[in-house]
Amino acid sequence: MDIRSLTAVELGRKIRQKEVTVKEAVEAYLTQIEAVDSEINSFVTVDREGALKRAEEVQRHIDQGMLTGPLAGVPVAVKDNLCTKDLLTTCASKMLSDFIPPYTAEAVANLERAGAVVIGKTNMDEFAMGSTSETSWYGPTKNPWNTEHVPGGSSGGSCAAVAAFEAPLALGSDTGGSIRQPSAYCGVVGIKPTYGTVSRYGLIAYGSSLDQVGPIARDVADCAAALQTLASHDEKDSTCVERKDTDFTGALTADIKGMRIGIPKEYFGEGLDEEVKARIMEAARTLAAQGAVVEEFDLALVPYAIPAYYVIASAEASSNLARFDGVKYGYRAQGYEELHGMYKTTRAEGFGAEVKRRIMLGSFVLSSGYYDAYYLKALRTKALIKAEFDKVFERYDIILAPAAPTTAPKLGASLSDPMKMYLSDIYTISVNLAGLPGISIPVGKDSRGLPVGMQLIANCFAEKKLIRAAYSFECATNRRYVAGVCSGRFQTQEEGGKQDVETV
Amino acid sequence: MTNKISDETIDYVAVLAKLELSEAEKESAKADMERMLDYIDTLNELDTEGIVPMSHVFPISNVFREDVVKNDDRHEEMLANAPEQKEQSYKVPKTIV
Repeated sequence: MDIRSLTAVELGRKIRQKEVTVKEAVEAYLTQIEAVDSEINSFVTVDREGALKRAEEVQRHIDQGMLTGPLAGVPVAVKDNLCTKDLLTTCASKMLSDFIPPYTAEAVANLERAGAVVIGKTNMDEFAMGSTSETSWYGPTKNPWNTEHVPGGSSGGSCAAVAAFEAPLALGSDTGGSIRQPSAYCGVVGIKPTYGTVSRYGLIAYGSSLDQVGPIARDVADCAAALQTLASHDEKDSTCVERKDTDFTGALTADIKGMRIGIPKEYFGEGLDEEVKARIMEAARTLAAQGAVVEEFDLALVPYAIPAYYVIASAEASSNLARFDGVKYGYRAQGYEELHGMYKTTRAEGFGAEVKRRIMLGSFVLSSGYYDAYYLKALRTKALIKAEFDKVFERYDIILAPAAPTTAPKLGASLSDPMKMYLSDIYTISVNLAGLPGISIPVGKDSRGLPVGMQLIANCFAEKKLIRAAYSFECATNRRYVAGVCSGRFQTQEEGGKQDVETV
Repeated sequence: MTNKISDETIDYVAVLAKLELSEAEKESAKADMERMLDYIDTLNELDTEGIVPMSHVFPISNVFREDVVKNDDRHEEMLANAPEQKEQSYKVPKTIV
């Protein structure tokens, strides 16, 4: 048995049944990282020593019966914008290239309390600002399906790590699509939960009213188990919602009879790649064949989501990133004259181009004289978008859409044209504005062999519907699109690759 | 392109953003911002008269708690990341010149 061929939940079970030790699990993934990461660049930091030490501790706690959950002993890769005590946390920026957090993010702590073993920190767009993972100060991550292509972003390192079998499970964050879009590009499953479900404590803020932490894995069951562990009411994050309905694994039932699924016509118009469209429509037919009621509807405000998002996210970023001033942590420039000179030079040298672009835009839209015309206008648009979704969810349980308009673009193709890169988030961004949960699951590949992801969106707090629908799709297709078996250095085999793995 | 950003505006925004920009960076910032604002102006097609700006999707109110110290003295740990420190404090350059 190849440990890497197991999903996170399967691996956890084998560890509890003493068929695999935690050390063996951690070593299998460290070995894979060693073999492939020079090519993929999923990781900024690999914590070999810490992970092996932690593996011993977790094994002891499992043996003593203190850890009994599904993720005990399971290795996890963590996006590098989530603080990890005593472990470098860079946000893929020169600004934080030497930052060792004195505390651990609540989301990571929840996983650790459940016995997960952090094996490293994953690459991303700098401060999560980007859609391709190319704005990282540590160089771009490559798509494991074709290394000439991007993995998407900003959680590109986490998604690539799961796709390349460098980790069975990873954490990402999603401000405008940063879990769902790279999950689609990399052929993995990713959930962006309802805003407030997972604590943002220790998540280095980008757009605080939009940011959510979520899981990335090879199948829906893994994501459900991880989300169940991640969700918690945390008094350290005052926007955290107290939820009682977080037994997400209970929603893993293949039954969508009568589920009302709406397809927004506006998501299937201009700009959508024909092959992506074909795969998504096939997936919709699969769900209909399982008894779901699938129909089209109008979602008129789609064109306004991206402009509203860039105003709101940039405004919040300009405020959030004011803390990086070279005083308490991070990079400090040399050769300044006085305090303000130090601030300005530090920030000019510490931030990359995309981050500066958004800080400038954010500072502008918040400035006196433009605040009403841009910032408040965007917040009013957000209210309209939220109201439109409220209406849609009176009629539908789920919205079905592509996760991105194309499959993964080539490296370098988007960087030269920021506007083009922004458009790759057109189907994911409004979900963040309305605080909704969304999931991306693989539904096939295009003719170049690059994965296509389907996005399912539900009303706030209706993650269980998402999980049920996504799980039903997996079962209806015999888990054909679940990355299952690996051989050689890395291989994400599709059709037929899942036959020898038991259903969770 | 309908939006025009002046040199003065870019200089002013750079002050707000606390970013030291080179002349070349200012020029590209101007072009980027003009392009983004043209795009953002599509929001003006929407009638938002009377719509209350929504900063949070859920009606959240301030969360109060007792002001009780829960953490230990972690002075050393917090200072460990400082680029420069002196006598148990963060060291900064001259603030009054």
